[in-house]
Amino acid sequence: MQYALIIYEKTETFTNRQGENAEVYWGAWTAYLGALQEAGVLQGGQALQPPTMATTVRLSDGKRLVQDGPYADTKEQLGGLFVLELPSLDEALQWAARCPAASDGAVEVRPLLLTPPRND
Amino acid sequence: MTMPQTTLVSHIVEEILRTSYGRLLAYLSSRTGDLSGAEDALSEAFYQALTHWTTQGIPTQPEAWLLKVARNRLLDDFRHQKVQTSALSTLLRLTEEAQNAVSQDIFPDERLKLLFMCAHPAIDPSIRTPLLLQTVLGFDAVRIASFFLVAPTTMGQRLVRAKTKIRDAKIPLEIPEREELPERLESVLEAIYAVYGQAWNDITSADSGRHGLAEEALWLARLMVRLLPEEPEPKGLLALVLYCHARHTTRRSPAGEFIPLSEQDTTLWSGSHIAEAETLLLQASSVGKMGRFQLEAAIQSAHMVGRSAEHSHAESIVRLYDALLQVAPTLGAVVGRTAALAAWQGAVVGIQTLDTLDPALMKIYQPYWALRAYLLKECRRDEEARIAYDRAIGLTEDDSVRRFLLTQRPETTY
Repeated sequence: MQYALIIYEKTETFTNRQGENAEVYWGAWTAYLGALQEAGVLQGGQALQPPTMATTVRLSDGKRLVQDGPYADTKEQLGGLFVLELPSLDEALQWAARCPAASDGAVEVRPLLLTPPRND
Repeated sequence: MTMPQTTLVSHIVEEILRTSYGRLLAYLSSRTGDLSGAEDALSEAFYQALTHWTTQGIPTQPEAWLLKVARNRLLDDFRHQKVQTSALSTLLRLTEEAQNAVSQDIFPDERLKLLFMCAHPAIDPSIRTPLLLQTVLGFDAVRIASFFLVAPTTMGQRLVRAKTKIRDAKIPLEIPEREELPERLESVLEAIYAVYGQAWNDITSADSGRHGLAEEALWLARLMVRLLPEEPEPKGLLALVLYCHARHTTRRSPAGEFIPLSEQDTTLWSGSHIAEAETLLLQASSVGKMGRFQLEAAIQSAHMVGRSAEHSHAESIVRLYDALLQVAPTLGAVVGRTAALAAWQGAVVGIQTLDTLDPALMKIYQPYWALRAYLLKECRRDEEARIAYDRAIGLTEDDSVRRFLLTQRPETTY
């Protein structure tokens, strides 16, 4: 089964990517990524720039609405995601708990939708 | 300041849940032969208690009150299902009998049967501890799910499946025969120890002051000692949990930083816990039946005595682990033995021993990588140590351990 680990970080945590806390921040993430790779479960994934870099687009009744910032103004923001190949949800939750964001933000686990629904 | 009535009632209900839920459930289900039905009836009774006791006051015999409500609920169910009259009359008779028993304070404690049922060999080992938490302590599936890092719906389904198995395979609610007892007892003790294992990982809840899993594990271990006073292994388990619990507050600094055993302030360890553990271990060993939990407790004892003594007890710890590995070969014991061996004969011997272990088993076993990292650093093999530290950091769930290991990881030199 393929599972997405969707990473939510606190807004202030994004600032740890630079400056005096950067070493601890990246140390933890690099080690986690390494552990995923060494365990042979990592299928892919990407990190995102901070939510301040986001732009949100909506079309409402044909009218364009473009806003600076992320889709939802919440305390925790999407920081990236990993895709893992694992035997079951149990293992996915174990890896989610090991993720640095689990101690500080939240990690959502969702199975990937692999076959698109067909109408035949 | 007076406590609001509803808070008071919910505190009392919570306490009765802890002390009486398992007793009431064992009593009802042993007589009706239907665990799930008894569970539903009891949770209904506890639910009603919350509202009823707030307005009408706490009954003088809360257990009798709960039993009566649960009985009525079961009777309703039986009538609804048109169950044959023999079951109905059993039920009517049993509650009358129970009301008398409660009022004369001779209410039978059949929780031991419940514990043996939960840890029955036919029940999947991974669901035994959750089942025990639910049937003996009345925990709900959602709460249990978080402790075991399982999705709540999944945990709910697994518990239902286990109970279906108990019903369909007719797993009896009884204490095993003498010849079966040692093996069956070990499964029960293992399931209780797993409660403490989860508590040990769950350090934040231990700090928050609410009824944590650690207290529940202690309570269950005490219950086992009380219910089987002749057996040495329950005493071993209780001693083991007490030794660990004696230092649970010294594992973190006030700021939440991880403190390894070797750096802990031994004056902050709980003297009363340690003294009780020593007494229990002595009592247990006088029986002359060594077992897994006595050995594990002895290892903890040697670790803690070693901290306060002039010289380390590494050699005796290795011997104890050798004996433990004979009866309970776990990854934790293998890695623990290697750590003790390295403390006794040096880091090089430790690394050589780690190299003999099966890499497939150790791939995602965090304690292995933490020990390996430490020993490689001791040998100044910094390049390899950094790799091992990264594995240990990447595999931990605990943020304070993560931060501690990051400070221990050798700096990259250019």
